[in-house]
Parts: sequence; C-alpha cells; structure tokens
Amino acid sequence: MNPNARPFSIWTVAAYALLLPLAVLTLIPFVWLACAALKAPEDFFSSMFLPTGEGFLGIAWSKLTLVNFRTVLFDAGMARAMVNSMLIASLTSILATLASAMAGYTLACHKFRGKRAVEIIVLGGLLVPAPLIIAPGYQWLYTLGLLDTWTGLILPAIAPAFGILLFRQASLRSIPPEVLEAARIDGAGEGAMFFTVALPMLRPMIGAFMMITFLATWNNFITPQIVLQSDDKFPLSVLIAQLADVYRQDYGVIMAGTLFSIFPVMILFLALQREFISGLTMGAVKG
Amino acid sequence: MTRAATALAGASMPRSRLAPWLLLAPAIGVLAIFTGYPLVQSVPLSMKQTFGPGATTWVGLENFAAALGDPIFHKAVINTVLFMIGSVCTQIPAALGLALLLNHPSIRGRAVLRLLFFSPQLVGLVFVAVLTRIAFEKSTGIVNTGLHAVLPMWSLEFPWLEKHVLATLVLASFWMWTGFHMVFFLAALQNVPKELHEAASIDGAGPVRRFWVVTMPAILPIASFVTMLSVLGSLQLFELPYVVFAGGGPENRGLTIVTYLYQTGFESGDLGYSSAIGWLLAIMLLFCSIIMLLAGRARHA
Repeated sequence: MNPNARPFSIWTVAAYALLLPLAVLTLIPFVWLACAALKAPEDFFSSMFLPTGEGFLGIAWSKLTLVNFRTVLFDAGMARAMVNSMLIASLTSILATLASAMAGYTLACHKFRGKRAVEIIVLGGLLVPAPLIIAPGYQWLYTLGLLDTWTGLILPAIAPAFGILLFRQASLRSIPPEVLEAARIDGAGEGAMFFTVALPMLRPMIGAFMMITFLATWNNFITPQIVLQSDDKFPLSVLIAQLADVYRQDYGVIMAGTLFSIFPVMILFLALQREFISGLTMGAVKG
Repeated sequence: MTRAATALAGASMPRSRLAPWLLLAPAIGVLAIFTGYPLVQSVPLSMKQTFGPGATTWVGLENFAAALGDPIFHKAVINTVLFMIGSVCTQIPAALGLALLLNHPSIRGRAVLRLLFFSPQLVGLVFVAVLTRIAFEKSTGIVNTGLHAVLPMWSLEFPWLEKHVLATLVLASFWMWTGFHMVFFLAALQNVPKELHEAASIDGAGPVRRFWVVTMPAILPIASFVTMLSVLGSLQLFELPYVVFAGGGPENRGLTIVTYLYQTGFESGDLGYSSAIGWLLAIMLLFCSIIMLLAGRARHA
C-alpha cells in the first residue's frame, strides 16, 4: 500500500506479531476437531488436543483410535448421507449454472421485446428474503406433492436471481457481439451458439459459480430440514444436527462426523481457491 | 465502442423471436414458480391460521396483531438485533484491519494467510454450530479450558451456553465470517491506484492521513456493500442458534426471528403465523436497507 515502506521496518514486525497469533487462533478449531475425532471416549477430556503420554513429542500415539469413524460411517448412516450430499450438491450446482448462464447470456446478448420486464423480475427476485418464502414455499411443495423428494429440494434452487445477474454481467464483459454475429453469418442456430460460442467464453465464471453453488448447497441446512422427511434422503447437514442429539455424550463420534462432512469439501476448495475467491469478489469489486 | 462495433451490435437481432425465450425459460420458469408464486401466496397465507399445510382458517390481520403483542417474538427481535449489532461491529473493523495488515507490501505469504483466514467460511453453519456446542461447554469445552490455561483467573465454569448465549453466537460467527469479509476488503484495497498514495506522500501526508484521504474513499463502496451483506445476513440468523440449542436456548436467550418463524411454522404447525413473522422480518430488512442506502447517499453529498 505504501510504496515508500522499507521492508522489515518496525511496522513489518508489528504486522507479523498481529497476524501470526490470529492465524493460530483461526486454525485452533480445526486442529482441535481433528484431534478430538481420533480420541477414545475415556481420553476425550484428559487433554485439550491429543492425549499426552510417553510417545514421540510427549503424545500417547497408541491411544488414538479410528473407532469413531467406524461408528459414524456404519452405525450412524453417514456413508449414505455423504453420497446424498454429493448427488444433491452436484445436481443443484450443474443445473443452476446451466440455467443461470443461459438466462444471463440471453439478457446480455439478445435483443427482444419484454427484455426489460424480465430484468425487473430477476432484480425483484434478488430482493426477496429467503425466510419470507419458507412457509408458503412449504405449503406449495405440499400441494405439488414434492415434499420429501429430491426434486422438491433441487428444482427450486436451480434459478438463483443473483446467478442470472452474475452471468449477465459476465456475458456483457466477455462475449463480443462481433463474435456472435460472425457465428450467425456462418449459419449457427441460437441454441448451438450458446453451447459452442458463449459457454466457452464464460468458462471462468462457470467454474466460480459452480463452486459457490456446490458449497452453499452442501452446507444448506434449513431447506433439506423442511423439505425432506425420510432418513435415507438426508444430506450430511441434516444428519449431523441429528447426530448431535442422538450421540449427545459421545463427543468423539460427533467430531468424527463433522470432520468427515467438512474436510472433503474443504480440501477440494482449498485446491481451487483462486477461482473461488475471485468469483466471489468479482461482481462486488468491478461491478 | 467503435462506430463499426455499434452498427454490428445493432445488426445482431436474432432471426428467431422464440430463441431468447427458450433460453430464458428454465431459469425464469423456476423463478416464477418457486419464488414468485410462494411470494404472492405469502400474503393471503399470513392472514390465515393453519394446522399443518392443509387445514386453514381466515383470521385477517390478527396474526400481525398477535406477533406485535407476542412477548416471545419481542424477545426474538431483541436477540436478533443485538446479535446483528455485535456481529457487524466486531467483524467489519476486524476484517478491514486484517485486510490492511495483509495488504502491507512487506508481508510475505499473503496468499497463504488470506486462504487461512478465509477457510472457516468453507465450514457450513450447521457444522460450526455442532462444534460451538462442544467447544463452549462449561468446565470441559476448549474455550473455557483454553482461556483458563492462558488466564488462570478465568473460571472453568463460565456459563457460555447457559447465560452468555449471544456472546457465544457472536464469537462463533466472528470466527466464521471475518475472513469472508476480509477477502472483499483485500480485493478493494488491491484496486486502489498506487499513484494516489504516491501523490499524497509527496504532499506530505503520513500513513494515517493517507488512510483517511486516499484508502477510505476508494474502498467505501465495498465497505458499504460488505456491511449491508453482514447486517442483512445476521438479521436472518437461524442454523447456528437452532442447532446449538435445539431451539431457542435457555429462557429463549438464543431465539432469533427466523428460529421463531421456523418453530411456529414447523413445530407448532401454524404456517400462517409463520408467514406473518416472515413479512415483519421482510419489512425490517427493507427498512434497514433503505436506511443504509440513504446513509451512503448522504455521505456522497
């Protein structure tokens, strides 16, 4: 920020002195979670992180156990919920990305009567607070017979107003009208043009938006909690809330379940973080 | 745009009038059916008393009158507003501070630190809630044992989950959201032109003065955006207290507006009363947005 700052001034030292403890504090819950999941019930409260003992680094390595993971996977139905979460989040993010990209591209690159009205409807959709449509939405799904189905969970989530607007912005920025015109002169159909010309040009936004939607769906609790009723359809988010009640005293099991639910996605996102974070801030900073 | 490009853009009317509508159909159809229709339905629904989704009786504006006189709803509103104030006033300054520190030119490993501070955001609220419930327990939770280890006078029996419920919720969301806001501030800071800082330095402005004169005006739009996001988001808090306390918590100390909306609709089965609460919340959100937009405009003038 300050071009005249000398490296390793007193300010640098002060900045590190603040940043490093904060970084450690941010990480402690993760470390605590990972350690707790590996502890047997009798060791759970004996130490803050790993059980202390005679082993390497003063830790009783032999007391660590994977039994919590076995309980959570096979007795508590986590394996099933994991597959459910994968399917629900993948389907939702793919369909939402496709529908939003199609609509956003059309609003940016086509001229047609009624376009303004559609844009106003989408902007209006952005203003509707989610809690307002919880009760009427539930009643509507009941009327349609979609309660306790994945369709009732996924279908309403595939047209987020903010996704349509993001793709409208991205199309305005990255699809030159000349390219579309050239494709038209070559005789391409409008549908084919979306898939062969527009989609490749929207690649960065597609990656970022798909990731944001995947993560939001994976972590969503209230919608599946309201829409779904059968245990075998639950995603991880709903199951973990139940486990926290069922295994109330068995902390290791709850911790293993949480670890199991968050670490796979975290690793995926840390690997792809550049795209994700830039997608997140793209609209806000440049729009 | 050059004249030729404008001409081309004008010429790019698609041959088929149907094509744009076909491309719009999935998104606009779903938006109309699953957001538009329930939104319209929420008005009559808020004027009914229901027993589950099927049985309803018309009660007019009684639900609204009932909510405005309902002491539990008052409690929920007060809790939610206090939580919002607590969250916004801690997260936004901390996020800006972190972003300024990280943006310092001599900081190495900026990408790694940014990722690290952002990572709690990847954990969903439900999962944070499950961890909060164990971490903040009296005598055994890591928060009390950790604080006791650092400050021996800190009592292991500090009742986070029994008495200091809102503080617990504010702390848990602080861990989760500060890095998220920081990412926006950092992106905004990196867009501040270096020349402005150089010019201000030449004019003899010190770092503090440069922050107020150069940095603040440049990042103000993002700061208002992030604050707005945080205010509106915290007023809709649900998962965290609901899962930590399996409801409203001791003496409803952790009851939020959306938790109450959920309880009335899905535990007591009155979707009508639940909708009325939804509308009262929507009005509150609208009111807060208008105030913040007006404040933003006043600052510009």
